[in-house]
Amino acid sequence: MKFPMKGFKEKLYINIFSILAFSSLFFLGGIVFVLFKEGLPIFKKVNFFEFVSGRFWYPTYDPPEFGILPLLLASFQVTLGAMFVCVPLGIGSALYLNEIASFKQRKIMKSLVEILAMIPSIIYGFFGIAILVPFLQNLLNLPTGLCAFSASLVLGIMATPTACSIAEDALSYVPRSFKEASFALGANRWQTLVKVVIPAAGSGISSAVILGMSRIVGETMVVLMLAGGAAVIPKSFFEPVRPITAAIAAEMGEVALGSDHYHALFAIAIILFFITFVFNVIAESISRKYRLKLGLAQ
Amino acid sequence: MKYVRLLIVTVVLMSFGLNAYGEKIIVEGSTTVLPIAQKAAEVFMKNNPKANISVRGGGSGVGIASLIDGNCDIADSSRPIKPSELEKAIARGKDIKAHVIAMDGIAVIVHPNNKIKGLTKKQIKDIYTGKISNWSQVGGDNQKIVVVSRDSASGTFEAFGELVLDKEKVRPDAIMQASNQAVVSVVAKTNGAIGYVGLGYIEPSVKALEINGVMPSKEAVLTEKYPVARPLFMYTNGTPQGLVKEFIDFIKSAQGQRLVDEDGFVALK
Repeated sequence: MKFPMKGFKEKLYINIFSILAFSSLFFLGGIVFVLFKEGLPIFKKVNFFEFVSGRFWYPTYDPPEFGILPLLLASFQVTLGAMFVCVPLGIGSALYLNEIASFKQRKIMKSLVEILAMIPSIIYGFFGIAILVPFLQNLLNLPTGLCAFSASLVLGIMATPTACSIAEDALSYVPRSFKEASFALGANRWQTLVKVVIPAAGSGISSAVILGMSRIVGETMVVLMLAGGAAVIPKSFFEPVRPITAAIAAEMGEVALGSDHYHALFAIAIILFFITFVFNVIAESISRKYRLKLGLAQ
Repeated sequence: MKYVRLLIVTVVLMSFGLNAYGEKIIVEGSTTVLPIAQKAAEVFMKNNPKANISVRGGGSGVGIASLIDGNCDIADSSRPIKPSELEKAIARGKDIKAHVIAMDGIAVIVHPNNKIKGLTKKQIKDIYTGKISNWSQVGGDNQKIVVVSRDSASGTFEAFGELVLDKEKVRPDAIMQASNQAVVSVVAKTNGAIGYVGLGYIEPSVKALEINGVMPSKEAVLTEKYPVARPLFMYTNGTPQGLVKEFIDFIKSAQGQRLVDEDGFVALK
């Protein structure tokens, strides 16, 4: 304890705050426990390999088929598509904000980007359903605009502020002396940016990308509204698909409690939990390394 | 010590009192009937604060099994009781009584620009299972059919699967939507789409199809002319009495049937 205890009140406050601090640990533990308790029973009926590699998701038929490969691939496809949108947009705008924008511009734009990050995902979904989907349908003459492409596009736009904000932080951590040294050697602005600033901020930018990805993988509302929800192995970006989060959200509400289908949905959630967990661990370890490299670690 | 004993006696007496005060019944079964039962129970309990009605889902089979075992007082079911279940009930000395509380009708809808007026049940089945994939195969324009279905856990999906698809699987690339409303909005925006919704959800933005030559309507459902419809049941053990009777009477009353109507089912009157 860094400060001396003065009496009962102090102790009380310390205890209250440590309980608050540990409560998140408690919640995390509770969530993990419930996920496993409710998810593992399905593996008595289907083995794990069949579950992950099965090509058909017919959970309510008799006999049911619990193959989540189409769902996993759909999540993968939509995430990949969204990355094509969010990486260039997010990193590009971070570079602009950090390198080119004037102080005033940066202040205004950065708060605008943060406002974009605050918009609830259902509003992105509405935007997609009302404007993007009919537009794409007419423009490309698709049978339906509810497809992986629409979902990817909206998810990409949605994850842009997250990626931009973190990448901008990473860029601003690059010490001024690096840039000054580069300019002193006669490098121009572009050379400095490409050869000095980006490599120095590289791991920070990578962790921005990975955190953006983890937001996209776990996003539910947008894919539920826009991806179409067909549980097929994705063949093209312009066909309906069913990512794992959409499957859980759509089916959990009406599934019979304690049925195999119910356990299967929890098992999917375990897999989703691991995917985002791994992403976050990777992002965290990259950004720690990067701080060490620049001598910023504490 | 004296006080402690007094306290215990008081608590015990109070709990007796609570039991005598409110009668409790359990309603269990079909997820299709669940929204009706739930809403009816809420309104009923608001009107009769003493009543305690607990409503659970689980499925028609679960509800009936539970009624036979004596674990619930009313079993919701979206299908008639099976002979095997009836035998089991008789063997246990139960006298199962059926009460039709509403009708469930499903309309098949297409985009208003579609020139098709009606389909047969067989054609709809072939479209949903993937044997027919172009409108020209059923007399329409040369256009790909976009199949829109409800999510596989929903009651409407289950009813459609039983009444039209004979439990065959919907083609895996069908678009799945999470609510009747979402199906309507997708079909209204998509030229080649076909979808199905509860009868209460038909809107001017979509076109309902005749099935086997019969236009979906409440009268057609009630007169059993419309083929994609089924009665919804509540089963009881013996002639209902007490709270069970009051609750079922309430659902069959004008007020209860209005709740049925609000949920998109077909009221009996």
